[in-house]
Amino acid sequence: MILGKVAGTVVATRRSDGVPGARFLLVELCSHEGTARGEYLVAVDDVGAGPGELVMVTQGPSARQTERTQQKALDALICGIVDQIAAGGRSTYRKGSREGDA
Amino acid sequence: MVLARVAGTVVATRKEPRLEGLTLLLLERLDPATMAGKGEYLVAMDSVGAGVGEVVFYVAGSSARMTAATEGKPSDAAIIAIVDAVELDGALVYRKDVA
Repeated sequence: MILGKVAGTVVATRRSDGVPGARFLLVELCSHEGTARGEYLVAVDDVGAGPGELVMVTQGPSARQTERTQQKALDALICGIVDQIAAGGRSTYRKGSREGDA
Repeated sequence: MVLARVAGTVVATRKEPRLEGLTLLLLERLDPATMAGKGEYLVAMDSVGAGVGEVVFYVAGSSARMTAATEGKPSDAAIIAIVDAVELDGALVYRKDVA
């Protein structure tokens, strides 16, 4: 999975037959420290991620491995909201903490 | 999925037979921060009737073949939605002009 921050929402009422009504969130890819990289993708959200939250995004066919996305024309799924990341023996991200003081 | 704008149309008379009858559109990827084109283009199957100039998002890889119109086609990109609005960091950065 890749890491990203929930940056916004995308509304799309006219969709292909293969696409259910779903919450489409705009996710900005970011590092394991939560710093944004200026690259975005649209992902289906089934876990109720809120704005600014760090999330894990599954891409490709694996994004279809859920009840709602099975056999659907979707290739990016928010599969989890990150609470904390530790790397190199230190915490690099903690949900709710301000940037930097993870 | 990736945000893009329909930049134009692509016609290919000599192609894989299974691509016959499919609308092929030229897409330019968009940067949601500016809603400007990123200069990166691709050709995608259209499964929703998108028009030139419209903002859409597309799927890539095998998911592109998960609609009735694109099933079993030798293509790895399909437009699956026409975007009405994009909100970024609390601001409405795009809104489809309602006729």
